[in-house]
Amino acid sequence: MKRRLLLLLPLVGFLLLSGFLYMGLSLDPFQRDSALLAREFPEFQLSTLEDSEVLVDESLLKGEVTLVNVWGEWCPTCKQEMPQLLSLAERGVRLIGVDYKDTRAKGQEFLEEFGNPFEVNVFDPEGDLGFELGVYGAPETFLVDRDGIIRYHHTGYIKPEDVVQTILPEVRKWQ
Amino acid sequence: MLTKMIPEIGHFALVIALLMAFFQAVMPLAGAATRRPLWMAFARPMAAGQFLFVAVAYLCLTTSYMLDDFSVATVANNSNSMLPWYYKFSAVWGNHEGSVLLWSLILAGWTFAVSRFSRNLPEDMISRVLGVMGMVSSGFLLFVLVTSNPFERLLPVIPQDGADLNPLLQDFGLIIHPPMLYMGYVGFSVVFAFAIAALLGGRLDAAWTRWARPWTNIAWAFLTVGIALGSWWAYYELGWGGWWFWDPVENASLLPWLAGTALLHSLAVTEKRGSFKSWTVLLAILTFSLSLLGTFLVRSGVLTSVHAFANDPSRGLFILALLGVTVGLSLLVFALRAPRVSHTVAFSWVSRDALLLVNNILLVIMTVTVLLGTVYPLLLDALGLGKISVGPPYFNALFVPLTVILCVFMGLGPSARWKHMSARELFRRLGLASLAALIIGMFVPLAYGGEWNLWVSLGLVAALWIVLPMVRDLFEKIRRAGSLGDGLRKLSLAYWGMVLGHLGVAVTIIGVAVVSNYNVERNVRLAPGDSVQVAGYTFTMNELQSRRGPNYLSDMAFIEVSRDGSSRSFTMVPEKRLYIARGMPMTQVALRPGLFRDLYVAMGEDLGDGAWAMRIQYKPFVRWLWLGALLMAAGGVMAVIDRRYRLKRHQQVPLPASSTREVPV
Repeated sequence: MKRRLLLLLPLVGFLLLSGFLYMGLSLDPFQRDSALLAREFPEFQLSTLEDSEVLVDESLLKGEVTLVNVWGEWCPTCKQEMPQLLSLAERGVRLIGVDYKDTRAKGQEFLEEFGNPFEVNVFDPEGDLGFELGVYGAPETFLVDRDGIIRYHHTGYIKPEDVVQTILPEVRKWQ
Repeated sequence: MLTKMIPEIGHFALVIALLMAFFQAVMPLAGAATRRPLWMAFARPMAAGQFLFVAVAYLCLTTSYMLDDFSVATVANNSNSMLPWYYKFSAVWGNHEGSVLLWSLILAGWTFAVSRFSRNLPEDMISRVLGVMGMVSSGFLLFVLVTSNPFERLLPVIPQDGADLNPLLQDFGLIIHPPMLYMGYVGFSVVFAFAIAALLGGRLDAAWTRWARPWTNIAWAFLTVGIALGSWWAYYELGWGGWWFWDPVENASLLPWLAGTALLHSLAVTEKRGSFKSWTVLLAILTFSLSLLGTFLVRSGVLTSVHAFANDPSRGLFILALLGVTVGLSLLVFALRAPRVSHTVAFSWVSRDALLLVNNILLVIMTVTVLLGTVYPLLLDALGLGKISVGPPYFNALFVPLTVILCVFMGLGPSARWKHMSARELFRRLGLASLAALIIGMFVPLAYGGEWNLWVSLGLVAALWIVLPMVRDLFEKIRRAGSLGDGLRKLSLAYWGMVLGHLGVAVTIIGVAVVSNYNVERNVRLAPGDSVQVAGYTFTMNELQSRRGPNYLSDMAFIEVSRDGSSRSFTMVPEKRLYIARGMPMTQVALRPGLFRDLYVAMGEDLGDGAWAMRIQYKPFVRWLWLGALLMAAGGVMAVIDRRYRLKRHQQVPLPASSTREVPV
């Protein structure tokens, strides 16, 4: 009898697993912010917006908690978002921009007009980095910890109240 | 007129195939249970008919692709009139619908092959085997027809042209990777069916393992090649130079491979010694279940992966139901019918039996480790504990040490004797070879660049630990036979199969250890006329060119490469392509392959002023990874050729299953 029970074990284990798989069906791992969470920031190699001679890669994000903001001159919401980003920069948050599907001239114009909260801007004219990040549009913001791991993903506009209520607490959490 | 009907003909053929599969499942199983020969006689004709009609359906779908029939939804979504014909041909399985049809075709093909090549099996056994395979077939064909019909039409508005095949899939590696993989996955259904048939018939003797072994070997060889192809494809196609990412989809193929490897060895023990009976049956069920689980994980959308198919929850639910019924039922049969009393065949702790038991346990632990890592994010999510992803650090931290431990026992196994031997005897056989492995392995890395590396040493020791005792064993066998010719003739193909398989593992391990630790990578900015040095090679960009391909535009760089201190040079041409239909950029890597090193140049971004970002890599021994896999597969196939021969001999002079002759595994 004991042995018979032992032989049932694989079945029990499988049923348990199936239960989880069934629950998994109703969950959505592709939920926008989850796909890249806890993953390393994708590898990239692009020039900076400021200088086409300077190449940067993902090592740019190591060593300090960083907010990576994907923006573009063509994106109206990005303009409205700039004051919030500037205030985050004033509070000592390190910001890096990704100028997404833009031209160099327009991107630089944009920063002159709306201010530049970014330490560096990565120039991504073809949208390759954006593709790796799974960006649907701009603006999108990623919080990357000091080891280069993505910890938080904000899709769309950062509202003025988000600065204190969401973004800053997240930044502090990982600092 | 007739060509317009092709999709309907295909659809109709699929319905007929489903009906035949259903009869193939029900009649022979019922017949075997009630001992009615007429019912059992349904098995073979239905298997043949099912194969024929699935093949017709598959042919119809392929024809629709070839004729650019964009009224068929899958064709419109995955092909394009500009696509070269061979990619149209392979685009059939480059999407969910077509690939499950291919799955069904291969299953039907295996079933047909079993029905043809098992003429001398007892009628009730073959009826049950084909019946079980018919059940699996019915499930899959029903799945295709209900949720994933590849013949669905886009009517009345027919697209002008198709959306094109994903550029990542427009590649030779991807033409052959999925069919190989499916041949492996689905091939394990044969041993699964044999195991269930043996359980149902209450005949858990060594006989079923003898019949199932060749099938298992072939399926395993296909899976090995399939996995290697996938890794090779990722290496040259994705542009990063990585060859294994511990991605859920890769893990899904590794799981049945690990379980299948355990199964190969366990089948051998059951056949030769009559022990591990229940365990072997359980492994057979487990291996095929993991193949099905892989199918579920890839197609249901429960896990995020870079190469999961487009998902649909209704499909996920259907496959889960299929998985639940197949695996649940078979485990239930196992629990009810596995022998109540375990027939323990005595063996001592120093014997090939014991070593193979340890091998099995280790392989199962590795399987569970990978399975846990793969589904862990899902478990946490289901328990509401948040979303995480498990990355390479977890897998490497557990898998690498487990592999090393496995190697320790792999080195001992082939030299050990069945049933019992003294530890002193084992040491006499192995001591010198193992000591040599330790010493050579520890010091060779010093000669390589003078930089000692623990992991490389460990890898080399592990590989030599496997190889050297085998070499010694070979010499010993030849010496005992008297002359070289006699010795070689005496060794069976099964023995050579084992040697090749184990050698393959060693070769792969060397590849992994060296390329993971001595890889050199540089990211540089190159304009025409610039040059850069990487790992003793000078890379000079000579010129840039643009050209137009059949369905893409491309920028190419001509890079002259010369080895330092050598006057000979060669040209490498990395490419950046833009596929027009999807507007998708693709990196076409330039590779200079070699047995001891690959040079790898991938074109990055256009930096303006004629300069491009280039990723240049020097990858020593990377080819060994796949070479090892090929050796393993060759070993698996070689053992089968031998088995055929031996099967015939067995019929003339039946040997007792518990023969203690020293027969290779």
